[in-house]
Amino acid sequence: MSSQPTTNSLLRFTTAGSVDDGKSTLIGRLLHDSKSIFEDQLAAVTASSAQKGLEHADLSLLTDGLRAEREQGITIDVAYRYFATPKRKFIIADTPGHIQYTRNMVTGASTADLAIILVDARHGLLEQTHRHSFIASMLGIKHVVVCVNKMDLVDWSEERFREIVSAYRSFSSRLDIPDIKFIPISALLGDNVVDASEHMPWHTGGSLLNHLEEVFVASDRNLQDCRFPVQSVIRPQIDEARDFRGYAGRIASGVFKPGDDVTILPSGMTSRIREIRLGNKVLAKAFPPLSVTLLLEDDVDVSRGDMIVREHNQPTSTQDLDTRLCWLSDEPMNPAARYILRHTCTEAKAIIKKVHYKLDINTLHREEEFDQIAMNDIVRVHIRLSTPILVDDYRENRTTGSFILVDPHSGLTVAAGVLNL
Amino acid sequence: MNTDYNLDHLDELEAESIYVIREVAAQFERPAILFSGGKDSIVVTHLAAKAFAPARIPMPLVHIDTGHNFPETLAFRDELVDRLGVRLIVGSVQQTIDDGLVKEETGVHASRNRLQTTTLLNTIEEHAFDACIGGARRDEEKARAKERFFSHRDDFGQWDPKNQRPELWNLFNGKHRPGEHFRVFPLNNWTELDIWNYITREQIDLPSLYFAHERECIVRGTTILAHSAYLNLKPDERPVTMQVRFRTLGDLTITGAIESDADTLEKITAEVAATRITERGGRMDDKRSSSAMEDRKKEGYF
Repeated sequence: MSSQPTTNSLLRFTTAGSVDDGKSTLIGRLLHDSKSIFEDQLAAVTASSAQKGLEHADLSLLTDGLRAEREQGITIDVAYRYFATPKRKFIIADTPGHIQYTRNMVTGASTADLAIILVDARHGLLEQTHRHSFIASMLGIKHVVVCVNKMDLVDWSEERFREIVSAYRSFSSRLDIPDIKFIPISALLGDNVVDASEHMPWHTGGSLLNHLEEVFVASDRNLQDCRFPVQSVIRPQIDEARDFRGYAGRIASGVFKPGDDVTILPSGMTSRIREIRLGNKVLAKAFPPLSVTLLLEDDVDVSRGDMIVREHNQPTSTQDLDTRLCWLSDEPMNPAARYILRHTCTEAKAIIKKVHYKLDINTLHREEEFDQIAMNDIVRVHIRLSTPILVDDYRENRTTGSFILVDPHSGLTVAAGVLNL
Repeated sequence: MNTDYNLDHLDELEAESIYVIREVAAQFERPAILFSGGKDSIVVTHLAAKAFAPARIPMPLVHIDTGHNFPETLAFRDELVDRLGVRLIVGSVQQTIDDGLVKEETGVHASRNRLQTTTLLNTIEEHAFDACIGGARRDEEKARAKERFFSHRDDFGQWDPKNQRPELWNLFNGKHRPGEHFRVFPLNNWTELDIWNYITREQIDLPSLYFAHERECIVRGTTILAHSAYLNLKPDERPVTMQVRFRTLGDLTITGAIESDADTLEKITAEVAATRITERGGRMDDKRSSSAMEDRKKEGYF
């Protein structure tokens, strides 16, 4: 038991890579070398590999799930993987590398603290490297690890590694990623994945797993701006708690304590926090991402979709959004349609009034001439809403700064937006 | 929980699951919790109780009773429902068989596992449930690695793995047309070890079957099955008394036991941490083919 994590933190990361750059092999290697693969899983992979005539167990088979993928040999959707070391629990959002790439990468990145970007040492930076890095930056990922893979195929050359590092640094200066780490690896052979490489003594920055275990992400949480989107009102219809009235929700940002004066938006009414509960336990304070129940001193009118904040630190209330949007649906954007916008625990009707430009995410050029907005396109748009919503800049607050658009007829999620105020 | 602003991963998982469960209550008109009596659905029920405390869980527990359940599971279920003051709805596979909607399998590998799907879909239709919360986890099986928190099912109850809604941040989209429903998986991001650590931390009651006990067993290949009247024996099979426990609880006919001395939560958690076989590794239902789970999920299985 002593070597198993019971009280340690969680790191959510996303992996980006194209078909041949060894992403599945890298994940397979991380799972395998961190001893997260069970005997029966490994036996199944070994059997499949033998059937394909391969000499060694193809670790990439560990991470491909659905039958369609097995048949086509490609990954078509975001898949989630789990492993743990004595230091941390990890959730990997494994995003595929083909045409639906942008949509999947945006999805995987939306909940990630860190992104791993794979670069093939032989090819250096490609368009997709730019694309992945841009999406990581747009989705507010503050930590990127650039894994220069297939170092075995460039003779473990430090010079080649340095060239790629320097090219990436010059490119990434245009992005908003505060923490970038470079690691030369061979996913196939395992060098610098879990254990330090014997072939590259010149690299003293530790292995990928070391870095994932140590990287500090708790400070990425916003503990300044108090935002509590009310998810539901709890009013027990039972005798023991007849007068109980609690507001259930998940803290988006800030620290809440009993005795704090609060303002309820949009009404603007004020009250004071009487108690904070998690189940039947009373908490001395609550902070993101806890799901709690707030009890207020006064009997004010609060309902789902309202937001509890501090008087002198309020989100922006707006009916007009000037925002970046990633189109996710097979159906192109319909400029005449009314969509439903979902934001925190609220909804509003939305019309896309204007598309300012479409972004070429390989070159970051803005295209002002285009036929239509289709899946994987990233655009800047002006959206008009039927009622105001309470927003913050996405870089300050991922919860109040993000939204999705839903097609009211099909019910499908058609777009995702990040707000840069 | 620590005194500073750091959370342990179980706190984070708990917060996420509670958020998802509350979102179901808010977005759907007729939600339900699918309760199997296994540890995962017990944890879901525990989280639901926390999510709405001090109110009662505002949705019924639905149990699909194959008729081949361990008696311990049923006794546990009834006690839990009573304690929480929650409504219980039972869908009976025996009834589905008696109504002629499905046929009992025959032979030594006969089980009612696959038949449950029809009973489940009928129960969903009869009660017009628009969301069913289940205890499945992504780490359980390959086909589940891409499962959403809010997983859309068409009006035949089917899952289309190629046409799932993208799910971003914590924005869950439960929009559906009449007849369609959602399966919701609040434990998606938990692993088996997380579940056991959480059960230990929260001191959650479990059916006695999870703890090591003496039992008459049938050893079939590498699988140890509980000896019962529902199991069709091969001519050379004889029951033997063994010290075992169960890692998952399904039907008597398909749930493999493991030899174990772990008779406390702490010992079980230590055993799970050290084990090298996945928990579904003992499930005969998954071994039928490498995409057995994917096929059953498409039909509307849990």
